[in-house]
Amino acid sequence: MSADYGRIFKDGLWENNGVLCQMLGMCPTMAMTTSATNGLGMGLATLVVMATSNLLIAALRGYITQQVRIPVFILIIAAMVTVVDLGMNAYMHELYKVLGLFIPLIVSNCLPLGRAEVFAAKEPVLPSFCDGLAMGLGFTAALTVIGAMREIVGSGTLFADASLLLGPAFKFMELRLLPQDTGILVAVLPPGGFLATGLLLAAKRLLDIRAGKPIAMAGAHSV
Amino acid sequence: MSERPITHAVVLGAFCLGFGILLAATNEITKDQIEIRKVEDLQNSLVQVIPPSIHDNNPVKDAVVIKNDEGKDVTIYRATKDGKITGIAYAIEGSGYGGPISLILGLDADGKILGVRATAFKETPGLGDKIDPAKSDWITRFTGLSLGNPVPDKWKVKKDGGQFDQFAGATITPRGVVAAIKGGLDFFAAHKSEFLEVR
Repeated sequence: MSADYGRIFKDGLWENNGVLCQMLGMCPTMAMTTSATNGLGMGLATLVVMATSNLLIAALRGYITQQVRIPVFILIIAAMVTVVDLGMNAYMHELYKVLGLFIPLIVSNCLPLGRAEVFAAKEPVLPSFCDGLAMGLGFTAALTVIGAMREIVGSGTLFADASLLLGPAFKFMELRLLPQDTGILVAVLPPGGFLATGLLLAAKRLLDIRAGKPIAMAGAHSV
Repeated sequence: MSERPITHAVVLGAFCLGFGILLAATNEITKDQIEIRKVEDLQNSLVQVIPPSIHDNNPVKDAVVIKNDEGKDVTIYRATKDGKITGIAYAIEGSGYGGPISLILGLDADGKILGVRATAFKETPGLGDKIDPAKSDWITRFTGLSLGNPVPDKWKVKKDGGQFDQFAGATITPRGVVAAIKGGLDFFAAHKSEFLEVR
C-alpha cells in the first residue's frame, strides 16, 4: 500500500497537529514562545530532530525488538538532539546563544517519541521521514503563532531579532507594531504561555466546529 | 527473532555503541569550531568593558588565574600598552531574582571602572532586564566609579540607603548587580599586586 503523503502533511499541520490536537511537547511550547523568533527557532530545531529520528527509526525498525524499543527510541532521539546541539553551537552560534539552553529539552519532548512509537516504528522510511517533517512543521507553525501572539501583546514587536536566526536578509521581518513600553507584560511571562496556547486551542476548535467536523479528542495514539 | 533476554541486551548494546560512535564523530568535527566561538564570545564581551584604544595586546592571551576568597579560580584578562598594564577585566557574579547574573567587570590599573556588562542572566523581561544596555543606560552609570567614589557605605541601591537607582518593580536585580560590582572591586583591592604583577 503506498503511503498517502497528502494525508500525512494534512495531519501534521492541522488535523492532528502536535500542539493543538495531540497536546504534546507542552514544555517547549510554553517556555520558548516569548517571541515569534524564539518559537520559530525552537520549532525548526525540533523539526530537524523529528525528521532525522523518524528516518533512522524507520530504517532500523527491523532490528529493534519490541521489549527494548522505548530505550532505543529515546537513545536515537537523544543522539539526534546532541548532534543538533553541537552543530548549532559550532555553525549557528548567535542562535545557539538564544536557544542553547532549551535544545537539550527536546529529548524530553513527548512529540518525537510519540511519532516514533505511533508512526516510524510501523511505516517505511520515506513516509516516516515525511511524518517527522509534517509534524515538525505543524509544531513550528504552532510555536511561531503562539510566540507572535505573546510578542505583539507583551513587547509590541514582531519577529524581533529574526535576522539573528535567519540571516541579515531577513531584517525586513523585524517589526515594531506598538510603541515601546506599552506592552502588557504578563504575555511574555509564564502565564502568557498558557493564555496564548489556550486561546489558540479554542480558535482551532471553533474552526473545526464551523467546518462541521466532529470534535474528537485525538490522542497520541491516533495516526 | 529469538525472544531470549540476551537478544534484547545485544540489540540495545549495539544501538548504544553505534550512536555512541556517531556522537563521538560529531564532537570531533565540531569541537574546533566551538572552541573558536568561545574565544570570539570572550573577546566580544571584553571589548565592551575595556576600550580598544587603551591597549595594544590581546587581553584574551594575557590572562592570569587568581584564587578569590571563596577559593574559586578567577581568570583575569589584562590589557597592556607598551608593556604597561592599562586595564584588567574579569567575570563576577551576582544573585538576581531569576538566578545568578553573570557580569564582566573592566577596571583600569587604579581600580576605576572602565565598564561593566551583564553577560548572562534570566531576569524578568520588562522589569529586571533593564541591566541590559539595550534596554536602559543604567549599567553604564558605573563607568568611572571606584571603591572610594562613592564611599563603600553608598555602594547600595537607594532603597537600602545607597546611591544607585533601583528599577520600578524590581529591586532585587539592581541590588544583586551593585553587590557583585562592589565585591569585584573589593577583590581587586585585596589582590591588586597579584593582578598587576608583570610576568
